[in-house]
Amino acid sequence: MALLSRAAVLLGKEVRTEFRSRELLSTTIVFVLVVVVVFSFTFDPSSNESRRFGPGLLWMAFLFAASLMLQPCFLREQVNDTLSALRLAVSDPFAIFLAKISANTLFLLLTELLMLPVFAALFNVSFAAQLPGILLTFFLGSLGISVVGTALAVISAQARMRELLLPLLLLPLLTPILVVSTEVTIRLMQPEPYMEWKGIGLMAGFDVVFLTVLWLFGEYLLEE
Amino acid sequence: MTKRVLLGVVAIGLVACAAYASFYIAPEERTMGAIQKIFYFHASTAWAGETTFFVCFLANLLYIWKRKPQFDWLGVTCAEVGAACITVVLITGPIWARPVWGIWWTWDARLTSTFVLWILYICYLLLRTLVDEPDRRALMSALFGVFAFIDVPIVFGAIRWWRTQHPAPVIMGGPGSGLEPTMKAVFFFNVLAMHLFAAFLIVERYFLEKTKHDVELLRQEAEAR
Repeated sequence: MALLSRAAVLLGKEVRTEFRSRELLSTTIVFVLVVVVVFSFTFDPSSNESRRFGPGLLWMAFLFAASLMLQPCFLREQVNDTLSALRLAVSDPFAIFLAKISANTLFLLLTELLMLPVFAALFNVSFAAQLPGILLTFFLGSLGISVVGTALAVISAQARMRELLLPLLLLPLLTPILVVSTEVTIRLMQPEPYMEWKGIGLMAGFDVVFLTVLWLFGEYLLEE
Repeated sequence: MTKRVLLGVVAIGLVACAAYASFYIAPEERTMGAIQKIFYFHASTAWAGETTFFVCFLANLLYIWKRKPQFDWLGVTCAEVGAACITVVLITGPIWARPVWGIWWTWDARLTSTFVLWILYICYLLLRTLVDEPDRRALMSALFGVFAFIDVPIVFGAIRWWRTQHPAPVIMGGPGSGLEPTMKAVFFFNVLAMHLFAAFLIVERYFLEKTKHDVELLRQEAEAR
């Protein structure tokens, strides 16, 4: 319980910092929009094709956006060395991770929800009937991206060429999320949509496995 | 030193014997013909590569736990040797697939997960070149190694659920699968030879890493004077 209450306080700090400037969110949203538009130039997004390729493009856009968006979450703390202060203030480093992961999932989910109607309009796909399923898929996918991405953001923050390194480490690790979330979303956007529960189970499994790994190894990641 | 030379001689000798056995002792497969001989080399190298990555994973865990530089040396060594093995697998696979399946590559579960495994360990090696401070480098790459190793079975599961073309497991598969006894013997002989050869490479590369470390220490000592 103490862990959760500490994480909640830190989450409040993350959200407050972001909503003061809204830099990260606005840049990410515009970035996803640009990627979706640029993708639409590479083929003719007629309705049948877009049902098959659209969800893949959407998830690619989210993944690219996430790989850029996750970078600052620990770099911000480096500027004034606030990470040391956080570590002194919070006894369990997993609380720091939990807060960062929740904040990143929240920002990513917000971006996705704002982009979904735009995507549906541009690519002529309807999703309204399947909204709960899509929300669940987006949530599990974003959580997976955030869990792995937050851990790797710590690693890449300590290396040279960090802007290039994070996507490089992150994208291959997220293969399962990309494959499964795309397939589940494709099925939800078909003319006769249905929910692929096995895919949802796989995504939930991915999230749980990497949350556990982070819980076990998180303190070593934040070592001075 | 002599032990290492002996290991090298035995490993290379065994690989040569294994090659002879695959070409002249193992019977020719009925439908695929001579091209199937690449199986002995392809699958045994894949097994050796996977074992090497498992050792790498153990070395990473041990480094995180014990913080001895020896485990870091073992980690980088196994990652390099494993990446070399999987490179061989990724080259021999298409050579076999082209005449048998009619295509060089297919995105099925085993091929894709092997490819992702290879990319992950290339990234591991790349990460090591980009962190300057040795202790940081060792810790960060060990942690990434743990993430990478755990990811591979999930990649396999995700893509298997999605689509698959690679043959169902022949060795240790379900009932009705299995190899002809001579083929099986030759195959396991190849597996042994490849493991020994990988072990030889690991030992050599490990001592190279150790020497690098010693030279660095000497250099720092000389600069301090």
